[in-house]
Amino acid sequence: MSETQQPSKAVLLDIYRIATLIKRADDRFIELIKAGQIASPYYSPRGQELIPAAISVNLKASDYVVTTYRGIHDQLAKGIPLKPFVAELLGRATGTCKGKGGPMHVTHVASGLPVTTGIVGAGLPIANGLAWASQLKGTDQVTVVNFGDGASNIGAFHEALNLAAVWKLPVLFVCQNNGYAEHTKYEYGTGAATIADRAIGYGIPGVEVDGNDAVAMWQAASAAVARARAGEGPTLLEANTFRFRGHLMGDDSHYIAKDEMAAAIAADPLPRFRAWLIAQGHASDGQLSDIEATNAAAFEEAVEYALASPYPDVSELAKDVVAEGAQA
Amino acid sequence: MTTAAQKKMNTAQAINLALHDAMALDESVVVLGEDIADREGGGVFKCTAGLSTKFGTGRVKSTPIAEQAIVGAAVGGALAGLRPVAEIMLMNFTTVAMDQIVNHAAKLRFMTGGQTHVPLVIRTTTGAGFGTGGQHADYLEAWFAHTAGLKVVAPATPADAYGLMLSCIFDDDPCIFIENLPLYFVPGEAPEPGVRVPIGKARIVQEGSDITLISYSKTLHDVIGVARELAKEGIAAEVIDLRTISPLDMDTLLASARKTGRVVVAHEAQVDFGVGAEISARLHKELFGQLKAPVARVGAARSPVPFSKPLEAAFVPTRERILAAIRETLN
Repeated sequence: MSETQQPSKAVLLDIYRIATLIKRADDRFIELIKAGQIASPYYSPRGQELIPAAISVNLKASDYVVTTYRGIHDQLAKGIPLKPFVAELLGRATGTCKGKGGPMHVTHVASGLPVTTGIVGAGLPIANGLAWASQLKGTDQVTVVNFGDGASNIGAFHEALNLAAVWKLPVLFVCQNNGYAEHTKYEYGTGAATIADRAIGYGIPGVEVDGNDAVAMWQAASAAVARARAGEGPTLLEANTFRFRGHLMGDDSHYIAKDEMAAAIAADPLPRFRAWLIAQGHASDGQLSDIEATNAAAFEEAVEYALASPYPDVSELAKDVVAEGAQA
Repeated sequence: MTTAAQKKMNTAQAINLALHDAMALDESVVVLGEDIADREGGGVFKCTAGLSTKFGTGRVKSTPIAEQAIVGAAVGGALAGLRPVAEIMLMNFTTVAMDQIVNHAAKLRFMTGGQTHVPLVIRTTTGAGFGTGGQHADYLEAWFAHTAGLKVVAPATPADAYGLMLSCIFDDDPCIFIENLPLYFVPGEAPEPGVRVPIGKARIVQEGSDITLISYSKTLHDVIGVARELAKEGIAAEVIDLRTISPLDMDTLLASARKTGRVVVAHEAQVDFGVGAEISARLHKELFGQLKAPVARVGAARSPVPFSKPLEAAFVPTRERILAAIRETLN
């Protein structure tokens, strides 16, 4: 696929719809926690919305997305239905996981979201297995596995990239490099100049892209997805971005220099993308406002549904440990 | 007419046969691990010999030496509808993949609220006796049995290895399948083709009324040897092969303990915090006041597995130590 291929207007607006839905969800979730309506650790993806938004428009419903505890952006982009999604965040019986997963482990198999791990790097080896199954069955499914820059320093990353290369698996390894592994700045924890460089060691393409640029992100993702679908093997995609709201909610980002944070917020990819869409004539201000309003209304409906939903019965503790009827 | 039951077969051959039968029965059964394909020799202990030639290298995949990648691929494959059998060559190497086993394979059914399940088997072998030293021979079954969501089996005979392997492969949850290295080459009765041994069911090897001896894997054979010696003295020991460690077959254990009032548990793993401790605690809870002596436990010495022959011989639960524990329990 040519690097110069441009996303259509419809694709661009879909990316905007998804990215602003993610932002809306993030804003509201933080409000709900602050209002005392949810007691939960929360890892905000604010600032990273365009990455999964631009990837997901290249995916089919049957493709798999594996993500981490900082994952609501990836889940929303893959199309998780809002009501059971919010209910899961709130630990309710009507959640996608009956409240047993929670914000760190939201999954929805029917949306192609089988694994959300709380263990850094652990999603990569599992993504290989999903892709192996697709390869064996002869489907053209692609598996996207998302992780942070910190995960590229753990052994599972290296074992997984090597195996994916040797088995030529249809996997897109997406490193959302937000510059900080928990509180540690990239250069204090990572020896490689770029994460993409690490692909060289496994003989697979390593692509560095501005994850805050919707068009560049779409181009890089569509090329890597096409390569995987064609059976040509995995790609390591490093999407550079920034994390606006710390590692964990409550973290004041004291370890990030004030000017660095200020510059990142000034370059917030969402308002920038919005202005660009209007300047390019892809949409009017009113059209984009409509998208935002539709997102907000749909999300509020989901919040109301979740808040009105019951908590799981305590009997659920004994269920789903092993198959029903089997002894645990 | 010669029936299968009259034939002899060793455990490595029985496992190989079970894998062949399972792969022929269901194309979702796949096998992966280090050196397992025929190009690499069909597995270091030949348990997977012939599989890649018969079923192809798509379903039978040799892997790099990368245990996290192996178990992770098995977990992902299982989530996507395969029934992977992952070989982790030696049990100590499972420690490298504990995250995938404990945090993922064991928990995904629960954490997804039952949306997914992980039907995989992790085959692994271990056991002292071959001078493999401190990092190639540990019995770590208690680690896995301690984790909700995992099933743990440890067969002692070729027929049980075959039958339990089939049950584990077609079970819908992750199973840790513990093989014993020295036992691979010991011939026994061949399995009946297709006959599955249920998970969670112990086997009474011999009935007796004086004392209950509970064991599994290689140590079972030492216990049987000791029981034969006891018989010469007129002591009738009931010998139980646990076969499955988790879930424990408490019905069988309790019935026997009620009958004899005396119990010795013997295994090659460390005694402290081990399977014997769990069995002892459960028996004491149910039969408090009815037992004639405290449940005794025999296991390995509290040390890493040693290399030197006399040390290794003394490390394992020897027949002498098993017998001493029995005599103490009888008196």
